[in-house]
Amino acid sequence: MTKVLDPTNEATPADIPRAARPETLDGLTVGLLDISKPRGDRFLDRIEERLVERGLRVERFCKPTFTKPAPVDLRHEIATKCDVVIEALAD
Amino acid sequence: MSLNESPALPDGLIAVVKKDCPTCELIVPVLLALEKETQLTVFTQDDPEFPAGIGKRQFDEDLALSWHHNIETVPTLLAVEGGKEVSRTVGWSRSNWESLTNISGLGPDLPDQRPGCGSLSVDPSISPDLELRFGGASFTARCVEFAALEDTHEALFNRGWTDGLPVVPPSEVRVAAMLKGTTRSPADIVASIPPDLAPCTVEKVAINAVMAGCKPEYLPVVLAAVEAVCTQTFNMHGLLATTMPHAPVLVVNGPITEQIGMNSGNNVLGQGNRANSTIGRAVQLVIRNVGGGRPGEVDRAAFGSPGKVGFCFAEREKDSPWPPISTMYGFPAGTNTVLAFPGEAPRNLVDQLSRDPDSLARTYAANLVSIQHPKLVLGFDAILAVAPDHSRVFKESGWSREQLASRINELTVRPGYELIRGAGNIPEGIPEGMKDLDLPKFRENGLHIVHCGGAAGLFSAIIGGWVNGAMGSDPVCVEITP
Repeated sequence: MTKVLDPTNEATPADIPRAARPETLDGLTVGLLDISKPRGDRFLDRIEERLVERGLRVERFCKPTFTKPAPVDLRHEIATKCDVVIEALAD
Repeated sequence: MSLNESPALPDGLIAVVKKDCPTCELIVPVLLALEKETQLTVFTQDDPEFPAGIGKRQFDEDLALSWHHNIETVPTLLAVEGGKEVSRTVGWSRSNWESLTNISGLGPDLPDQRPGCGSLSVDPSISPDLELRFGGASFTARCVEFAALEDTHEALFNRGWTDGLPVVPPSEVRVAAMLKGTTRSPADIVASIPPDLAPCTVEKVAINAVMAGCKPEYLPVVLAAVEAVCTQTFNMHGLLATTMPHAPVLVVNGPITEQIGMNSGNNVLGQGNRANSTIGRAVQLVIRNVGGGRPGEVDRAAFGSPGKVGFCFAEREKDSPWPPISTMYGFPAGTNTVLAFPGEAPRNLVDQLSRDPDSLARTYAANLVSIQHPKLVLGFDAILAVAPDHSRVFKESGWSREQLASRINELTVRPGYELIRGAGNIPEGIPEGMKDLDLPKFRENGLHIVHCGGAAGLFSAIIGGWVNGAMGSDPVCVEITP
């Protein structure tokens, strides 16, 4: 991870805005992000089955802890590998 | 213990050493002897096994002790009482070590003295990190993280933070080092930067100066330049928003130009000198990033100019026939100043045959009238950059800057009826009502004659100005302070 100091007047958010939602999931890669809450994986396993049945590619990711934002390296990996992402919260 | 708390010193004697120091190797027998007779603790910087045979040996791996106790040389011997240093000696000197320890006959086989080596804690490749870690540097600017697999340079481009050329990533260590270039507080407000009129701190200027490639010693010049261009008089907002191509042209005077290695000679308006290239660029990055002034947005220039990346140079004072240009603005010669002039790209002007001042003035006048349009007068200033091959003529004939400027302006005078709209079958021109006046090209003090350039070449150069006065911009000269 590289850290730099923001050279701007900070009037805009530091984060890059979200990508637009696609019209269809056809041909896209779906990322499933487990935030590490108990049984979130069970929920995502079922979602993965349903998506794969529809012929979609699925990539699985997991945050180290649900108490903190995803590390920048994980965010970058998801953004690089996937077109859309589903994030699961479960208890 | 928190990071910026000083490590406690054990009482007795403390020697700070590193293996990669021949003097430290040399004095190992002395340390072994002292250990027998005194309370000696040896702190080693680079090798935990060094010096072999010392019982109370501690590894100053993070250099916390060395940094907090200002160890600049190894070996350093400290005498400590009640946790406080009472005396120290650096390097090896038998007499100094004997006097500090009150033990005689130390190192009988050693030479009387040997200088030490630099402490690792002051190694230029390490000390900025230590400064950040232990010095408690903190920043107001938010920290932005890029992923390890992200290309930092691409990420900086993608954020829109660059002028199209690569920038130096503004890491905390680099910004902390940059801030050492000024005595001003990082929180000081330098100016409100147009077009967003965002308040800009010394810290924000330092971040952009890092990105531009500045060294810390350039920072005072950048700060002064930012202050100069953000005045109402200079009108940076208008200069940015105009469809004309002009931008701040910075002329630096005073001893600081040589101290920071600025170029006033060969290729003075070109590439290749770090200070010239990066100071102007830092100012432009401040306008872009802090002010929000970007091409195609508030910056509406039709053409722009290569100088909009940054345009900064030093006046060649050493063999100039004239006092520094800053004296036009009331500063005594020898003052460090920066003059901000709203200028376009430079244009070369050839006269290889004139050898008297009046004929050179005629050449200058003939070229200068073309700035913006030969039929537009009084509304635009200019820098006339005179190189040594031309300036010699004025030096030998004793022509002052004022005399030259006045003669040039006299030679540009044309009857108003030649300049009015429609004259010469050109609609562009001055209003019809001025037809009966005789008009010079420049207003009073509009022509700025600056001495610079390489020693060979019978040339001068013109940097035309933007709209002057209350409608546009007036040049601003400010003092550079530490």
